[in-house]
Amino acid sequence: MLSLAIAGCVSVPAGFLKPGEGYLDKRQLQIRQYDTTDEKQIITAVAGVLQDLNFNLEDSESELGFVSASKKADAVSKGQVAGAVLLDVLGAIGGSYSNNTARCDKSQVVKASVITKPGLDGRSIVVRVTFQRIVWNMNNQVSRVESINDAKIYQKFYDGLSKAIFLEAQQI
Amino acid sequence: MMRQKKSTVILLVLLLVLSSGCASTAGKAFESEESQVKLRSIQTRAFDTIDKKKMMQNVISTMQDLDFVIDKADLTLGSVTGTKYIGYTSIVMTVTVRPRGEKQLLVRANAQYGTSAVVDPLTYQDFFTALEKSIFLTAQQVD
Repeated sequence: MLSLAIAGCVSVPAGFLKPGEGYLDKRQLQIRQYDTTDEKQIITAVAGVLQDLNFNLEDSESELGFVSASKKADAVSKGQVAGAVLLDVLGAIGGSYSNNTARCDKSQVVKASVITKPGLDGRSIVVRVTFQRIVWNMNNQVSRVESINDAKIYQKFYDGLSKAIFLEAQQI
Repeated sequence: MMRQKKSTVILLVLLLVLSSGCASTAGKAFESEESQVKLRSIQTRAFDTIDKKKMMQNVISTMQDLDFVIDKADLTLGSVTGTKYIGYTSIVMTVTVRPRGEKQLLVRANAQYGTSAVVDPLTYQDFFTALEKSIFLTAQQVD
């Protein structure tokens, strides 16, 4: 009973709803501002760019400027597999059995959620996107779940969004 | 005759064990550690504003600051649901915004950490502190 009570306490750590260090930097990564007041045009372009990136839309509430989407993708990294195979071979030569290859990443699901809202100056629309991913290994076990904080990925999304806004303005 | 009786008893006991097993795990999903009133007071705050949409946008941006990815949002219901990962554990949180009287909004958050309901008052206080800051930041034109 006591051990259960202790386990119960340990299972929910304190402070996980406190902003982590560097959350303001992450905002810089996730937020862009567009000089327009046409929020509908922006949210339509957001849905368009998510489709351009092969995401499937999951949920939306256009009045709040919200769209969520997800995408399945390959997660095999040649370097990681080569390293694991080498370790397995070395292990086999040394006479021990190891299966590092099975622990290599195989597939992933990336989730995106986008929020648009009017900027505080009343002349712009603010867009914020966040990405997360779940990674499975060769054994089909979840090997990682994480927020994506890679600046390049966010840049790619916003490059695509700028293009989509232009394309949709030209009705392409 | 005796043997038949014995097997009937065993069968009955087995049935009892099985059925009670089912009942107790389903019931587990409805167990609550805190009283309904106490839980509400831990999870709810009132704000002096009636702009539901703006409050929801602040809730969303606070949850994003806290590394949540928003899964669902509904303006009519005033609900926002998001997921955050720590290690292998997923944390799901739903926040609802609804009017209280004519001058206030009630914001209620409830979080689940893996399979455990979060009932710690300080954890919710952290969220509401972050939400207050988000409203302040918005007013100060940061984003």
